[in-house]
Amino acid sequence: MADEALYEFLHSELVGYVTEKSAKENKKDDLSALEYMGFSSGYRIIERLTKERPRFNDELDTVKFICTDLWSTIYKKQIDNLRTNHQGVYVLHDCAFRFLSKLSSGRQYLESAPKYVAFTCGLIRGALANLGIKCLVTAEVQNMPGCKFHIQVQRS
Amino acid sequence: MSRQGARLDAKKVNSELFTLTYGTLVSQLLKDYENVDEVNKQLERMGYNIGIRLIEDFLARTGSGRCYDFKDTAEKIQAGFRIFLGVSPTISNWGPGGDEFSLIFESNPLTEFVELPDHCLNLKYCNILAGVLRGACEMVQMEVTSWFVQDQLKGDNVTELRVKFIKRLEDAIPAGED
Repeated sequence: MADEALYEFLHSELVGYVTEKSAKENKKDDLSALEYMGFSSGYRIIERLTKERPRFNDELDTVKFICTDLWSTIYKKQIDNLRTNHQGVYVLHDCAFRFLSKLSSGRQYLESAPKYVAFTCGLIRGALANLGIKCLVTAEVQNMPGCKFHIQVQRS
Repeated sequence: MSRQGARLDAKKVNSELFTLTYGTLVSQLLKDYENVDEVNKQLERMGYNIGIRLIEDFLARTGSGRCYDFKDTAEKIQAGFRIFLGVSPTISNWGPGGDEFSLIFESNPLTEFVELPDHCLNLKYCNILAGVLRGACEMVQMEVTSWFVQDQLKGDNVTELRVKFIKRLEDAIPAGED
């Protein structure tokens, strides 16, 4: 089985590749490819994780699964705080996000933070999409290495 | 907030996530380049970038010292695969000069869920590994090159990675400095 450190190495290569490519095409920080790669990884992994568990009761239950089980396996800790307005908006707050914790916690690299959270935004969106919840996921970094993921469920 | 049911096996999940993410990367590269050779090159480059960092992790974990000869190196590379990918490739087919050998993989977590479509027969799916070896060895003053001879994804029985020693690198002073 592959070691956990490899995922971090691979992730930083993904970030490097996408930023290099968008710089070459003169599009400033086009992170959509990164988000999409996260989406398809999330979409696939969640199917393998949930195949032997009972059906989720509701949307909140599904999001909780993401915050606890999924998060602690992939990011080594649970989400620190989950808020919801019960109308389809969820805010997941992680005080020490794994991919940001290796960067300086000052304000110096705040500008590059979006690159390191885009993949995970996609991962959450992909995971929820496969569980039948269509949503938009955005991230907000105010203080490194903390990160807030906003999930906005799309109802039709 | 805990749920009923078995806890997830963190090691397995992470390994699978790595496999799937790698797959996503390869398919993204195929979409971006359309030219398979270019994709192979890009994968090798990314592997190189990973390798130059990974060697540090390897040395820290194993505390291994200098290699006495290339056979020693081969064993350390094998140990590296065991630590990072959890597979032990067999070392075989030494070249007559003792500077070339093959790593034989019976299984490989990178290719766990993979099937190559017909139009990618030239794709070296695991080419990242070749890059990792080049990068890692370069950081310990060795230039090596490696290439795939057999590939399970293309119907061979095993995957064979051939590794060749090129030269020892001497410490070089950066250009423009005395």
